[in-house]
Amino acid sequence: MEFTKKDILDMESLSVDEIALILNTAKRMKEVSERPVKKVPTLRGKTVVLFFYEPSTRTRISFDIAAKRLSADSLSISGSSSSMVKGETLTDTVRNLEAMSPDVIVLRHSSAGAPHMLARLVKPSIINAGDGMHAHPTQSLLDLMTVMENKGSINGLRIAIIGDISHSRVARSNIVGFTKMGAKVVLAGPLTMIPKGIEALGASVADNADDAVCGADVIMMLRIQKERQKSNLFPTEREYSKVYGLTKKRVKRAGSDVLIMHPGPVNRGVEIAPEVADGPYSIILDQVTNGVAIRMAILYLITSVSDSRRHAEC
Amino acid sequence: MLTLIRGGRVVDPGNLDGMMDILIEDGRIVEIKDRESEGRGQRAEDRGQRTEGRGSGVKVIDAFGKIVTPGLIDMHVHLREPGHEYKETIKTGCMAAASGGFTAVCSMPNTNPVNDNSQVTEYILKKAGAADMIRVYPVAAISKGLKGKDLCEYADLKEAGAIAVSDDGHPVADSRLMRRALEYAKGFNLPVISHCEDIDLAECGVMNEGAVATRMGLAGIPNAVESIAVMRDIALCELTGARLHIAHVSTTESVRAIRNAKKRGAPVTAETAPHYFTLTEDTVDKYNTNAKMNPPLRSRQDRDAIIEGLADGTIDVIATDHAPHSSIEKEIEFDLAANGITGLETSVSLSLKLVENGLITITSLIEKMSTNPARILGIDNSLKLGNPADITIIDPDISFTVDANSFRSLSRNTPFDGWSMKGKAVLVMVNGQVIFER
Repeated sequence: MEFTKKDILDMESLSVDEIALILNTAKRMKEVSERPVKKVPTLRGKTVVLFFYEPSTRTRISFDIAAKRLSADSLSISGSSSSMVKGETLTDTVRNLEAMSPDVIVLRHSSAGAPHMLARLVKPSIINAGDGMHAHPTQSLLDLMTVMENKGSINGLRIAIIGDISHSRVARSNIVGFTKMGAKVVLAGPLTMIPKGIEALGASVADNADDAVCGADVIMMLRIQKERQKSNLFPTEREYSKVYGLTKKRVKRAGSDVLIMHPGPVNRGVEIAPEVADGPYSIILDQVTNGVAIRMAILYLITSVSDSRRHAEC
Repeated sequence: MLTLIRGGRVVDPGNLDGMMDILIEDGRIVEIKDRESEGRGQRAEDRGQRTEGRGSGVKVIDAFGKIVTPGLIDMHVHLREPGHEYKETIKTGCMAAASGGFTAVCSMPNTNPVNDNSQVTEYILKKAGAADMIRVYPVAAISKGLKGKDLCEYADLKEAGAIAVSDDGHPVADSRLMRRALEYAKGFNLPVISHCEDIDLAECGVMNEGAVATRMGLAGIPNAVESIAVMRDIALCELTGARLHIAHVSTTESVRAIRNAKKRGAPVTAETAPHYFTLTEDTVDKYNTNAKMNPPLRSRQDRDAIIEGLADGTIDVIATDHAPHSSIEKEIEFDLAANGITGLETSVSLSLKLVENGLITITSLIEKMSTNPARILGIDNSLKLGNPADITIIDPDISFTVDANSFRSLSRNTPFDGWSMKGKAVLVMVNGQVIFER
């Protein structure tokens, strides 16, 4: 199968075959990171711009390492260091970047749909590294890869996602991604954080965290942001932790070979107990490792599309 | 100077309906003759003789197969001047209105400076006079600076020409102030137009709350944001007995609340806009900023409830909430984009679709676009002898494709660009002068 997408915007626009291709490619890419010399010349001469309008450490570094391991030239700009602080619009900033002929622009932005808007306007491939509450496709892909490595297949698994579903792009992309690959996704969280109509994405909502965890093959905990307390989405961290936090006791309700995941950054002692985050079921750091492989795979696949397109235009 | 509008179906709800000729002299209607009660084919000759007798030419406007109505009134328009002339000026807004079939519009007060004092009202009227096209009825602010704190000088504003008061775009959050506004305005017979929105509940919402918003990762605005405010204002309307007009109704619950209030006899009227009976939240798909407005496009069920409200008379008025914005406000991230779409140049066609689909009658349509707004605003706009000849002629059969680039409005923010439509205004006359002809 040949990859034909110009952009990676969300999990909805990727087919099952495309997801499988990305996961398979990532498996090969992972091997590069395990070599003593962690670099291949595949993307020599390609330019990857990491445009992070919203702060990010893990995702930005992961993309940066992925680009460098493939020998692409990568550079980082942030919202505060770009011309946007001088009042330039996102479109103008990206058009200016475009004028310098990058091959890929990796965008993290606080507005849902910002990468979609740019994908329509500019020639370089756009990779969505998180847009508002909407989507975080590379996170979902690395989560799929990590579960696949441990379980062999996604099909038929029960995935519990617990926490602030409303504000989570990771939750949205994973509901779509895991459902697409045949898993059953069950959600739990304070009802203030379960958005209306989430079932339409294919997930079901459990009555409480215990029910969601019951029989789960995978438990994915979401970061609870302290600011949400101010908008009265939950009264205190203490109560949140008690009712929705993942404790050792709660883990026992799940399958005996359950996997514990978290997209990070972790609030130890709030959504997840330290002994669970560090415990035998945790694959939180495997997620980070696989993040590099997934991003290498995507950069590789997407630039090969640009090449064939360029050939077509000659 | 005589003008004869010949052969059209004249629809003036509650007054006239039939094939009639209208004769206009010096800007006023001087004769209305039923063609069916007299011999056909002789009318023009009669006029000709009469005109010859008077020694001047007669301008004959052929209206066969067309609908001749009292001038259409859009009681919810943002003309943007003063302050935002790059989006629209009073002149371009008037041109857009005329080409959309309107002889009069109400201009909303959220300009810069806000129309909260007589000088701004006078400025708007001066500019409208200079544009010399349609009638502009300024709506003044309820509160100074639209801040919801202190009442404006309604007597002074009315004397300057204000026709109603509204803090449109900024709901009056303080119930006590809203009560005082209704009471005080009643003393000057000024209707209060309410933008119903509980802004705390709306929080940072940018589209209708529900599965579409959730899928797109956009913050939602639940229906209750509107209906809570509608119900509060109805309670205050019943408390004060003052006239309340509810702007841009978009939800099932609001329609129900207004219907019940009317049954109880409350002096409440309501409007909706063509986009609320035409589109749903699905139009926001792909982060289409031309589908972003406040109140937001709602669910299919809400759209159907709006149509039902129009059909049973709960909703009295179709107004556009014409809200021109430039690419600076619209070709940006969805959550940062401004609310609103242009409406003047698509309203008649979208409304005629309701008639074509058998949802309302043409008479009911004219009521909602002319008779009812006139009644609410206290304007005599009907086709009566001696009245100024403000007339719209509609061709219900003409088919065309919307091209936003051909709009008279300075702005292009419409979700209807490229739509195939049927029926539009082909001639607009104000004071007997043809100001627009297709």
